[in-house]
Amino acid sequence: MDSFRDKLVPVTSILAGVVVLWYVFAVILNAPFQRDLDSRANETPGAVEFIGKTLAQPKPTLPAPHQVAVNFFENTFLRPITSSRSLVYNAWVTLSSTLLGFAFGTALGIIIAVGIVHVATLDRSLMPWIIASQTIPILAVAPMIIVVLAAIGVTGLIPKAMISTYLSFFPVTVGMVKGLRSPEIMHLDLMHTYNASPSQTFWKLRVPASVPFLFTSMKVAVAASLVGAIVGELPTGAVAGIGAKLLAGAYYSQSIDIWSALVAGSIVAALLVMVVGVAGRIVDRAMGGRPA
Amino acid sequence: MTGISPAVVAASKLGLTFQTNDGPVQALSNVDLTIGKGEFVSFIGPSGCGKTTLLRVIADLEKPTSGTISVNGMTAEQAREKRAYGYVFQAAALFPWRTIERNVALPLEIMGLSRAEQAERIKRTLDLVNLSGFEKKYPWQLSGGMQQRASIARALAFDADLLLMDEPFGALDEIVRDHLNEQLLQLWARTNKTICFVTHSIPEAVYLSTRIVVMSPRPGRVSDIIESTLPKERPLDIRETPEFLAIAARVRDGLRAGHSYDD
Ligand SMILES: Nc1ncnc2c1ncn2[C@@H]1O[C@H](COP(=O)(O)OP(=O)(O)OP(=O)(O)O)[C@@H](O)[C@H]1O
Ligand SMILES: [Mg+2]
Repeated sequence: MDSFRDKLVPVTSILAGVVVLWYVFAVILNAPFQRDLDSRANETPGAVEFIGKTLAQPKPTLPAPHQVAVNFFENTFLRPITSSRSLVYNAWVTLSSTLLGFAFGTALGIIIAVGIVHVATLDRSLMPWIIASQTIPILAVAPMIIVVLAAIGVTGLIPKAMISTYLSFFPVTVGMVKGLRSPEIMHLDLMHTYNASPSQTFWKLRVPASVPFLFTSMKVAVAASLVGAIVGELPTGAVAGIGAKLLAGAYYSQSIDIWSALVAGSIVAALLVMVVGVAGRIVDRAMGGRPA
Repeated sequence: MTGISPAVVAASKLGLTFQTNDGPVQALSNVDLTIGKGEFVSFIGPSGCGKTTLLRVIADLEKPTSGTISVNGMTAEQAREKRAYGYVFQAAALFPWRTIERNVALPLEIMGLSRAEQAERIKRTLDLVNLSGFEKKYPWQLSGGMQQRASIARALAFDADLLLMDEPFGALDEIVRDHLNEQLLQLWARTNKTICFVTHSIPEAVYLSTRIVVMSPRPGRVSDIIESTLPKERPLDIRETPEFLAIAARVRDGLRAGHSYDD
């Protein structure tokens, strides 16, 4: 993988820069509290000792990278994955509703797009509502969905998945509308000369032409699904999931826990986007795509 | 050609005006043309004189705004619905996600032919355009000329009695072009298809055609129709005979006459 090697150096140097900056800010942000502690204990530590202490507080304003790393490592690898404190367990809880919501969202997005492309009135009547639906902040909608569904006895995975669906159908709809309309005029004319039926034109031309658009929009949709699942865990007082970890961390001022839950969330997001990307590349290759 | 059989293409007072943002563009004006079964008719003329538009009207891809057109004795639309013609576009227009053989199979799938029949036609037409061995390649793995040949194979596999070809060999080098011209003539002689063929090349038009329709622009119209006196049997070196050169000179004169008011 040449492209991988080409990316390695720039990505690592950016990462190193971020870590250095992070340490600098950790010292700056944790210093006032440390000074307080020291003056109350009548201690006057040297500069090196002082910096060491700012990076080792139990509930720091900004935890140092190594504190997050240690916490992440312990909660990921040293705990049984059935433990409610295990990040693997919590990530799995969030991941399962992400995947369910993503599957619904993708299916819904495709169905709406097919409708919009084939029915002129849907194009005019539905599109404004779809766009409007995305301007409503998800934080306002999420509690309503959860509460309404709980009132009719639906709790657990489904409500969270619905919020993921709500966020993920939109990019798929937009991408698929564009994809289904992407065939060149000449290809459409060609089908016309064969007197192809609309369904033949759909399956033999529009669908294959839309596949690259589908995968691009699915990458956006899967990340949106994860955000939806995390947000869906906040108002429920969910006991498990990355969102629940974030909330509990905030409640007990466990800043290190919050940060390691964030790291877990970003790793899950990166993996999801990567899996969709790899699937897209496999499909592209199977459809005769030119190796880049 | 018997006098009783209806014309394959009959156009009378045919006109087409495009409504564009900068006003109407008269692409075709007052075109009268009758093409009988088994004819090989070339359309030649400067760029923008309406050759493609005329072919598209015959194919029912554009609707005329005046006059009438009939194909095989019915309207152009009915003829298209009966799959009366195969069309070769100016560009290859292959589907990039299909291999060459699957591209040739496309119209056959749409017609609902059996797998065996499809395979037989694919093999026969790919042989004909010298693309055997490239069945499993994707279009991007072929040169431009090979792609165009694949698109000709696709139109031939369709096996309609009327072939509409819009500058099919325009992008090919001289040698491939000569070869395909010969092949096309042989195919035409063997199958008794009717062929409408757009070209920019005077020698190509004269070599292939039984009739050459010279067109001129603004508005696009037929300015001259030249009957070829060449025999049906045409080896490539017929192009050096005085008879051939005389016809070519007439075509050139016709083109010049259409152009004269431009100077
Ligand atoms: N869809 C369209 N809308 C508007 N004007 C058009 C359209 N198609 C063609 N025209 C115009 O009609 C005229 C004839 O075009 P046409 O494509 O038939 O020319 P042509 O003889 O095939 O030229 P070339 O040899 O360059 O292919 C041109 O002036 C062109 O601008
Ligand atoms: Mg043209």
